Amino acid sequence: MNFPEELKYTKDHEWVRLDGDTATIGITEFAQSELGDIVFVDITTVGDNVDAESVFGTVEAVKTVSDLFMPITGEVLEVNPALDGNPELVNTDPYGEGWMIKAKVANVADVDDLLSAEAYRALIGH
Amino acid sequence: MEATITKRTPLYNKHVEAGAKIVPFAGYDMPVSYTGINAEHEAVRTAVGMFDVSHMGEFIVKGPGALDLIQRVTSNDASKLFDGKVQYSCLPNSNGGIIDDLLVYRMSEEEYMLVVNASNIDKDWDWIVSQNTGGVELKNISDKTALLAVQGPKATAALQKLTDVDLASLEYYSFVRGTMAGFDNVIISATGYTGAGGFELYIKNENAEALWDAVMEAGKEFGIALAGLGCRDTLRLEMGFCLYGNDIDDTTSPIEAGLGWITKFTKEFTASDIIQGHKTNGTSRKLVGFTLEERAIPRHDYEVCDADGRVIGKVTSGTQSPSLKIPIGMAYVETAFSKIDSEIYIKVREKLSKAKVVKLPFYKA
Repeated sequence: MNFPEELKYTKDHEWVRLDGDTATIGITEFAQSELGDIVFVDITTVGDNVDAESVFGTVEAVKTVSDLFMPITGEVLEVNPALDGNPELVNTDPYGEGWMIKAKVANVADVDDLLSAEAYRALIGH
Repeated sequence: MEATITKRTPLYNKHVEAGAKIVPFAGYDMPVSYTGINAEHEAVRTAVGMFDVSHMGEFIVKGPGALDLIQRVTSNDASKLFDGKVQYSCLPNSNGGIIDDLLVYRMSEEEYMLVVNASNIDKDWDWIVSQNTGGVELKNISDKTALLAVQGPKATAALQKLTDVDLASLEYYSFVRGTMAGFDNVIISATGYTGAGGFELYIKNENAEALWDAVMEAGKEFGIALAGLGCRDTLRLEMGFCLYGNDIDDTTSPIEAGLGWITKFTKEFTASDIIQGHKTNGTSRKLVGFTLEERAIPRHDYEVCDADGRVIGKVTSGTQSPSLKIPIGMAYVETAFSKIDSEIYIKVREKLSKAKVVKLPFYKA
């Protein structure tokens, strides 16, 4: 499985890509493979300040539903508009076109505390 | 904590080889999917898919009192069966609930095979043994018997390459014992849990892998796919077929579950007087199918409400229908809300989503 080195990860299987104080957030390849076919992504927190480890949305797969947890405290700026019609992008391209939200990070230094690709791999045993 | 040992079917290595995602189900390590539920679902609806359902239980009921015992423990009328005929039925408990749903096969006048859910094998066995006052011979052959379900519109063409039995002439819910892929005495049964047509093949454990390989090879030209329990669930739900433990259980009456058609009061059976009362007097709740009008997926145990938010029932099964691309589900609701087109609401994450009671099946082939 692919876990890009330049991303940061959480134990809840989200990834973060930081650009200035804007974070792009999605779920990992491991997470999408565990969920299976994703049917839609339900995020109603745009404009909200969401604390780290709080729920910012849910992802519905055919077989199951899972909460999405904010990796770092910040304001949800936008939801990936492509997921509305093509939720399967999360399955096919979890780190690219299948990103979920962009957020304005409250404290950029928080990102350093997240897991490296190596630490995340160790966590999930891959 | 009690250690639980999960069993493996004789096809376990085949699933690992194929890269299946394996999960514990009813005490077995079973493949939930191979390539993805939607793709497998689609293959079964449009071509052919093969499932390992060897976890299912099989009991042999044999002797002069076999029919009498079956008549007493099951709700359907097994006297209507003839050799080579299969019947869907259920085992009621003494309160009028359902111990299990099952298939009854008539092998001969004095020999039947019962096919039961994996999760209920011990419960069913103990119950039937306790009711066997007439000394009928009972054999649990579950651990020796493998079961392959080959389902879909191309199943007949694929399997016909492996047998001389004229498969197209085998009527729905009938079976023959025949040779398949060189193995004698395979039970070839025109049954299934998908609504897509096809066959279920009962074979001795030791021949299961070879049959699996032969079917895969024969099915190649028809686009055969391996299909896991995940799509088995979406396929059965699109047909409105009940799943034991979700839609029916020890507390649900066959009448409220919509299984009146397998409940025959032409004979006496466990709690038949109670269940007859359900039929005559009506029940306070009913199992219905519903579709959601907005994007939200109903799941087992979600609350069903009326327009004012009063709880009127509970979801028993739900998913996004891979064929119809809409959310579908089944629920027990107060009888007043069970009519077709009734407006009900499903509580999804504290929000009420509007739904409509619809006629089953959801999917019409």
